[in-house]
Amino acid sequence: MTVDTPVPARGCRDAAVLKERGQREVFCGLTGIIWLHRKMQDAFFLVVGSRTCAHLLQSAAGVMIFAEPRFGTAILEEKDLAGLACANEELDREVERLLSRRPDIRQLFLVGSCPSEVIKLDLHRAAERLTRKYAPHVRVINFSGSGIETTFTEGEDACLAAMVPALPDTGERQLLMVGALPDVVEDQALSLLSEMGIAPVRCLPAARTDKTPGVGENTVVALTQPFLNETAAHLERRGARILSAPFPFGEEGTTAWLWAVAQEFGVDAETFTRVTEAPRARARKAIAAATETLGGKSVFFFPDSQLEIPLARFLTRECGMTAVEVGTPFINKRIVGPELDLLAEGPVISEGQDVDRQLDRCRAARPDLTVCGLGLANPLEAEGMATKWAIELVFTPVHFYEQAGDLAGLFARPLRRRALLSGLEGAA
Amino acid sequence: MKLTVWTYEGPPHVGAMRVATGMRGLHYVLHAPQGDTYADLLFTMIERRNHRPPVTYTTFQARDLGEDTANLFRTACQSAYDRHKPQAMIVGSSCTAELIQDDPGGMSETMGLPVPIIPLELPSYQRKENFGTDETFFRIVKALARPMERSAHISANLIGPTGLGFRHRDDITEVTALLEEMGISVNVVAPMGATPQDITRMGAAHFNVLMYPEHAEAAARWLERNLGQPYTKVVPIGIGATRDFIAEVAGMAGVVPKADDSRLRMPWYSKSVDSTYLTGKRVFLFGDATHVRAMARVARDEMGFEVVGLGCYNREFARDIRKLARDYGVEALITDDYLEVEKTIEDLAPEMILGTQMERHIGKRLGIPCAVISSPVHVQDFPARYSPQMGWEGANVLFDTLVHPLVMGLEEHLLHMFREDFEFHDEAGASHHGGAVRLRAVESTPAPAEAQPATAASDAIVWLSDAERELKKIPFFVRGKARRNTEKFALEKGVQKISVETLYEAKAHYAR
Repeated sequence: MTVDTPVPARGCRDAAVLKERGQREVFCGLTGIIWLHRKMQDAFFLVVGSRTCAHLLQSAAGVMIFAEPRFGTAILEEKDLAGLACANEELDREVERLLSRRPDIRQLFLVGSCPSEVIKLDLHRAAERLTRKYAPHVRVINFSGSGIETTFTEGEDACLAAMVPALPDTGERQLLMVGALPDVVEDQALSLLSEMGIAPVRCLPAARTDKTPGVGENTVVALTQPFLNETAAHLERRGARILSAPFPFGEEGTTAWLWAVAQEFGVDAETFTRVTEAPRARARKAIAAATETLGGKSVFFFPDSQLEIPLARFLTRECGMTAVEVGTPFINKRIVGPELDLLAEGPVISEGQDVDRQLDRCRAARPDLTVCGLGLANPLEAEGMATKWAIELVFTPVHFYEQAGDLAGLFARPLRRRALLSGLEGAA
Repeated sequence: MKLTVWTYEGPPHVGAMRVATGMRGLHYVLHAPQGDTYADLLFTMIERRNHRPPVTYTTFQARDLGEDTANLFRTACQSAYDRHKPQAMIVGSSCTAELIQDDPGGMSETMGLPVPIIPLELPSYQRKENFGTDETFFRIVKALARPMERSAHISANLIGPTGLGFRHRDDITEVTALLEEMGISVNVVAPMGATPQDITRMGAAHFNVLMYPEHAEAAARWLERNLGQPYTKVVPIGIGATRDFIAEVAGMAGVVPKADDSRLRMPWYSKSVDSTYLTGKRVFLFGDATHVRAMARVARDEMGFEVVGLGCYNREFARDIRKLARDYGVEALITDDYLEVEKTIEDLAPEMILGTQMERHIGKRLGIPCAVISSPVHVQDFPARYSPQMGWEGANVLFDTLVHPLVMGLEEHLLHMFREDFEFHDEAGASHHGGAVRLRAVESTPAPAEAQPATAASDAIVWLSDAERELKKIPFFVRGKARRNTEKFALEKGVQKISVETLYEAKAHYAR
């Protein structure tokens, strides 16, 4: 029973953090729209930005762009930059056109970008104005996904945080599960919690507007993603309490996460064991298959999503890897503290980035596996290093027990492939 | 403001990146916010480059805005020089940096770096990616190319190929071979593969081959004016254009036009009887102006298709494309709005689309076959195999590309013959997908009452059920057209109920 998870003698909580500033090879928060819009089925994400923003979404969304997605970009043109009053009228007109074409939309997010932030286009007031105009059918909310303010998954954080003030009040004692999870994963989590008798459990974001949860002093929040710093702060401001727990990656992480919730809701150890025993065994078995490849190998994380610390914990503790450097765009010790406690002392923990210097460190260390973005992956492969591209970890179902084997598999596959293709060495 | 989901072109600084990434020994310092590095993955993923694009981004964040972003730029510029030691640098702003009005050009000039620094002015809110490539290459040429003695041997520069260019890699090989056959050597290929030092010796060439007007026309004009180098106007895509190109080059170089077209198989393939079914296939073309122009000629004169519409997304070439459309007796569509393209395709109901990645998806949605002939393209159109568009091998490639999406002669004939068969009707799907085949009941369905309205087409017109059934016998890829034509015919004749008779009268009316 790992209700008492073994903690290393010295974890990384108090380890010195290497803070770097310089060129950052990361996505901006707009990218979050690509998975958020799929989760919130009656929402539309309207980016107010430049052609670059539209091009980014197109490049990041890949083929998804061709499926009538519920996102788009209102591209600022020369004339919008000339005078601000005009920009508001233009925005109202585009929103009118959009909503008349898509009457199924109940939530419209006006997403700020670097250009709209720099010209100080007040999207917050625009959202209020448009909410009055389209109430009660459509609610208009504003958040910023700009690169100057947000890094990749912070876009989801900004989006959820913007939703919190408008959540209805509730005094109900409830568990609020926060973070957009793939449907299949969310269902598994809900089913485990319900088997333990924990109820009611609500989700933020909800699949549809009419399922929007309430929040209040008796709300207990379990974060499913490590990057929800602002959202957590906003929920606390509404009186909710944030549970401190590792994140549900791997068998151990999932168990610890569930245990934190179970303790909060007074679930006895016997019930907990009965509910978790079988899926834990399944998860351990599935992970073992990948551990054959991963055991004894070293891993280097470039910063990307803030998932790096929990994933390093999973790979080192459950898959037998050693971490060389764990880079992450932002560290909030309150939220990833439990993860840092479990991660044994050793790796360099770095926050922020100077990409060229980090590449120098990576080349010097020659890790067996490097977790990085798509801009670095092929160039590093060409230098003879095995890579795992990080974005997949955000799009693929990886949380909780049933996905634990898949998660380990994502890291094992590049190494297995490398071994399989070793006969190609030197063939250009 | 303009609501957009798909964009045919990226912002102009992506064009500048395409030039920088195509070249060697050149570094681009881009004043841009955190996040704009997304563009790197276009090169490392779509084009599968094995190195990082030679671009340093300042990646400023909100907290930097209150401080000195200009200083950030200077630091980035200095460390990029120190680390990469390029032969020359280009510097400029992305859309956001354009708004904060630091002056990368002015700042870098005062830094005293020991290599040429070329400032770029790329208006992000007015212009797009292709302008970016053209302008950047022009600036580089203007800064570095100098008059010099012509090479003793007749030589030409190949200009226009860039990073992320549709089939640029293989077109260079093909055009180089065409020139070599006439005894003309290649002086410099640029931007692709060239270093800044190579640019300085462009003046040694006798003339320029302008491969892609989108990316190098400004440079070609400048070189003509200042270095006295004429440039070619014909882009050698297709057999006719390749022959014209050879004649044009021979004239420019003062040599005898020569061509080794022993590997050219396209004309025979196109003449062979199995291709008879291609005759008059109605095609719609959309893409960048250069590829549309070339492919319209291939489609009509070399494949025997009928061009029913054409257009381009790059406004810089609107006038050319309008003129081209007049020559083909069709309307030109100049737009960067894919919804307009989709509407036009729906209205024209072509049997085939030659377009970009976007048109491929429009075609998928409308059930119309499509071949990709132009950027923007996805990773599958940066193939491992040799697949030029230009020259003789290019013509072979084009024949295959244009024919594969279509049902070929014998196959189409068989489908027609068996279209009412219980196994091969078109709802059954492709036969080799075994499990998915839905067999049709062998006994015919009971004949429904005559003259019963089946579907209401528009306000006035009604399809009778027997006519509706007859319509279903027409192969699916022309059915939409048949339906539209019949309704149009019925409207003109004032017929309100469409019977089998009306259907066939309309067919005879529109027979070609």
